[in-house]
Amino acid sequence: MAADPASGLRVENLAVARGGLAVLEGVSFALAPGEALVLRGPNGIGKTTLLRTLAGLQPALAGEVSVPPESIAYAAHSDGIKATLSVAENLRFWAAVHGTRDISEPLSQMNLETLAERPANSLSAGQKRRLGLARLLVTGRPIWMLDEPTVSLDTDSVALFARVIADHLGQGGSALMATHIDLGLVSSRDLDLTPYKARAPEAGGISGAFDEVLS
Amino acid sequence: MIALLIRDLRLAVRAGGGFGLGLAFFLIVVTLVPFGVGPQGDILARIAPGILWLGALLACLLSLDRIFALDYEDGSLDLLVSAPIPLEGVVVMKALAHWLTTGLPLVIAAPVFGLLLHLPGDAQGWLVLSLLLGTPALSVLGTFGAALTVGLKRGGLLLSLLVLPFYVPTLIFGAELVSRGAQGMATQIPLLMLAGITAASVALIPFAAAAAIRVNLR
Repeated sequence: MAADPASGLRVENLAVARGGLAVLEGVSFALAPGEALVLRGPNGIGKTTLLRTLAGLQPALAGEVSVPPESIAYAAHSDGIKATLSVAENLRFWAAVHGTRDISEPLSQMNLETLAERPANSLSAGQKRRLGLARLLVTGRPIWMLDEPTVSLDTDSVALFARVIADHLGQGGSALMATHIDLGLVSSRDLDLTPYKARAPEAGGISGAFDEVLS
Repeated sequence: MIALLIRDLRLAVRAGGGFGLGLAFFLIVVTLVPFGVGPQGDILARIAPGILWLGALLACLLSLDRIFALDYEDGSLDLLVSAPIPLEGVVVMKALAHWLTTGLPLVIAAPVFGLLLHLPGDAQGWLVLSLLLGTPALSVLGTFGAALTVGLKRGGLLLSLLVLPFYVPTLIFGAELVSRGAQGMATQIPLLMLAGITAASVALIPFAAAAAIRVNLR
């Protein structure tokens, strides 16, 4: 889990689009190793879109992102869990894909040892969520992109998850997350996205791919 | 990437994985045809190559929409795209897993099905050879169709319409190879054409399919 101390995420003047319409523009921030940044803002402001863009799942409209290659691990609402595979088989697969071998530590960190041989379709929503977060540990990547990581977790599991994040930050990792719950992290900052809401193209905002077609 | 192949094979043989679906469909087609056209051996033997190839093609088509749709729904595809393996490699492994679970069982079972349709004994070898050469192209071309329609709800209809034209050359040369073999004619040309189609598909399609996935995930 050790991260390269020099690895950090820098975002400059980024604009992102959802469904061909710009949702955020001019987003700039830096995320140093050991830091956590919590994205705030109302529903629909573009938190998920920003995380997906940074994770490389969609192209940015404008701006620059500098990040060490293959350092971002992305976790979203759906965790890529196969219902007919067991918990350990699910984790072993992602460990093999990412070239890491050890799944016992992530299992114990997310308190899943007793469930290891259970098929994933017999897990509760919260247990599935914990499996999804264990997958993050398995990737061995330093920068975590977390989209609503605490959905369907009970208070104990949220506390467990907060400890895992704190450990990760302590080892030089960093995390960018969209969440409404205060995890009580020491080295965490908030980033309110409301000021970056994209303006309409008539008001001088960036135009998304569809705007020209529509006008 | 081998891990991906093993996972897909494991998923296919577990409950609800769809392994055997194509084989069962092939069996249904082949057993129903004699009821439809009558039991005369000479007629059946004449149409057997076409029926067998058509059955294999439709059996293959049946399971195409599962290639990427399931991984898209549970978020695995997003995670595979951001994983440290090339997306083209993911496509190749997906196509290979599809072939191993649908194409290869058809190849192995084909002689039995040929017998059901009165296919002459010396054409059996040509049937197996043509399916062995041709079905990988069906899987790879189908993977491209699945990549184009990933993310569409009920994309199956569009997928079938997109993929069928690509399947026509494989069908023509595959069935031609078997019927020429059955009549003892020269088989070199359809054999080479079939092998060429497969080789070209395997070499080129993964890049196109990977590009299609990247566009569809936006």
